[in-house]
Amino acid sequence: MADSNVDRGKRRFLVAATSVMGGVAGVATAVPFVLSMTPSARARAAGAPVEVDISRVEPGMMITVEWRGKPVWIVRRTPEMLASLKKVDAEVADPDSRVKQQPDYARNEARSIKPEYLVLVGICTHLGCSPSQKLAAGTDEGMGSDWPGGFFCPCHGSKFDLAGRVFKGVPAPINLEVPPYAYLSDARLIIGSDSKGA
Amino acid sequence: MNKAKALLNWVDERFPLTANWKSHLSEYYAPKNFNFWYFFGSLALLILVMQIVTGILLTMHYKPDAGQAFASVEYIMRDVPWGWLIRYMHSTGASMFFIVIYLHMFRGLIYGSYRKPRELLWLFGMLIYLCLMAEAFFGYLLPWGQMSYWGAQVIVNLFGAVPFIGPDLSLWIRGDYVVSDATLNRFFAFHVIAVPLVLLGLVVAHLLALHEVGSNNPDGIEIKKKKDPKTGIPLDGIAFHPYYIVKDIVGVVVFLMVFSAIVFFAPEMGGYFLEHNNFVPADPLKTPLHIAPVWYFTPFYSILRAVPPLFNSQFPGVMAMGLSTMIFFLLPWLDRGAVKSIRYRGPIYKSALALFVIAFLILGYLGTEPTNVWGQFGSWLGGADRATVVARIFTIIYFLFFLLMPWYTKIDKTKPEPERVTL
Repeated sequence: MADSNVDRGKRRFLVAATSVMGGVAGVATAVPFVLSMTPSARARAAGAPVEVDISRVEPGMMITVEWRGKPVWIVRRTPEMLASLKKVDAEVADPDSRVKQQPDYARNEARSIKPEYLVLVGICTHLGCSPSQKLAAGTDEGMGSDWPGGFFCPCHGSKFDLAGRVFKGVPAPINLEVPPYAYLSDARLIIGSDSKGA
Repeated sequence: MNKAKALLNWVDERFPLTANWKSHLSEYYAPKNFNFWYFFGSLALLILVMQIVTGILLTMHYKPDAGQAFASVEYIMRDVPWGWLIRYMHSTGASMFFIVIYLHMFRGLIYGSYRKPRELLWLFGMLIYLCLMAEAFFGYLLPWGQMSYWGAQVIVNLFGAVPFIGPDLSLWIRGDYVVSDATLNRFFAFHVIAVPLVLLGLVVAHLLALHEVGSNNPDGIEIKKKKDPKTGIPLDGIAFHPYYIVKDIVGVVVFLMVFSAIVFFAPEMGGYFLEHNNFVPADPLKTPLHIAPVWYFTPFYSILRAVPPLFNSQFPGVMAMGLSTMIFFLLPWLDRGAVKSIRYRGPIYKSALALFVIAFLILGYLGTEPTNVWGQFGSWLGGADRATVVARIFTIIYFLFFLLMPWYTKIDKTKPEPERVTL
C-alpha cells in the first residue's frame, strides 16, 4: 500500500470524530446505569407523612415514630426541662438555631411549635447514628454531674440538649434536624408535612 | 516422544503453557535470602482463593433481602450441612486477610519494597488494599445485624460530608433515604461480583509487575545487577519453583494451623472478628450503645473521631481519614533514603518507623473502644476525654511519619549496602 496517497488530515479527522461519538455514546449509556441506583419510585413513595397520637405521652417522656425509615422523637418537656435550655445557651454551638436545621416556625428558643412538645429527627448530624436518650439531668443516666438532660450519641460522643442543640467541642457540627410537622388537633401531629390538609 | 509430551506439544503450539510455566515459576528467579516476612504474599493469595470458594458456597444459601438476610445467616449456621464451618471460614478469612495484608505491607516498609523500580507494584498493591477494604465493608452489611446496619449508616454518611454533592452522593450510594433493603441488595452485588472482579484483575497486574521487576529482598539490593555471564541468571537468584513453592508450603501449613484454631475454637475472637452486637437483627430506630467498626478499620476510624469539626462541617475528619489511607500511595516518592532496607538505615528511620507502628496500634485499639474509655482529664483541660486527646496526638504522629519522610530519610546516617545478598 502506498502511503503517498493517504490523506492524513482526513484520516485524523475521521478517527477523532469516531472516538468523540463513541465517547458520547458511552456517557449516554452510563446515564441510565447511574440513575438506576437512585431511590426507586417505591422508596420515594415511602417518604409519605405520618400521623401520630400524642395524647398519651406523659410529661418528661418520649415516644419514637418512624418517618422515611428514620426515627422521629416526640418529647413532652416538663417546665424544668424547658428551663434547662436557657442555662446551656453558652455551652451549645448554635443557641439561636442559625443553621437551617428546622422549619422557620420552629426557629425559636424551644425549637418547636408548642414549647411543650419537641419533635426531632433522631439521627445524629455527625454520621447518622441514632443518639440515646439521656433526658434526666445529672448522673442518673450515666452522664456527668453537670449534665442538663438531652441526648448522647454513642457512636462518636456527640451531645445535644433538650432542644436538639449540639454542644460545643463534640464531633457533630450542627443541631439535630426538626422535621416539617403540624398539629392536626391538640392530640394529633402530622410529621413530614406542614399543611393540615396534606 | 510419549503421549503426555505429545499432548503438551499440541497445547504449546496453541497456547504458551510451558513458556508461562517457565517465566513465572520454574525460571522466575527470586533472591535466595527471603526470610519470614516473605510468606505473606502467597498467604494472601491462598486466603483470596479460600474467600472466593467459601463465598460462592455461602451465596447458595444466603438471601440478600432485608426481611430474610439475618435469618438466612442463622439458617446457614444451624441447618445447612457444614454451613457453620463455611461461614466461620469466610468471616475468619476476612480478618486473617487483613492481618496478612498488614504484615505484607509492613514487609514493604521495612525493606523498602516500594522504592524504584517497584513503584507501580506498590501502587497496584495499594489498590488491592483499597478493594479489600471496600469488599470487607460491603460484606459486613450482609448479615444485617445491628453492627452491619449502623456501620454502613456511618460509612455511607461519610460520603454525605463531601461539600456540595455529599447528600446526593450518599443518597445515590444507599438508593434510599436510609440504609434499607435497596442498600443491602446493591451491597450484595458489589460484594459478590463487582469488587471481586476488580480485585482479581489487580492481583494479576500486581503479579505481572512483580515478575517484570523481580522481588526485592531483605538487603534491599538488586540481584539483577550481578548475573552469571554464561547463563544470564542472577547469581543470588533461585528458581521460584521448586524452591520457594516448598518454602511457601511450610508457611501455608503453619498458617492453616493458626487459622483452624481460630475457626474451631474462637471464631468470634472475643468480639473482634465478629462483633457481639451483630448477633442482634438490624433495627433502624435504635443505635447500639457502643458502635465500632471491625478491628481492621479502627486505626482510620480513630483518626476520623479525633479530628474536631471545622466550619460547621465534619468534612475535615472525613478528609483526614481518607488521607490516612491514601497517603500510602505516595510512599515511593516520599522516601529519599540512600538505601532501601532497614538493615542499612540509620537510627532516625528506625525510630520513625517504630513510632509509626506504635501510633497505628494505639489508634487501632482506641478505635475499638468508646471515647470515654480512659475517663476524662480534669477541668484544666476542659474535661476532655483522655482517649480523644491521645488519639489526636497519635494522629499527628501518624501523618508526620509520612510528611517528614523526605526530610528525615535524607539526613539519616545509612550504612553501605553489601554487593551480594547476605543470609
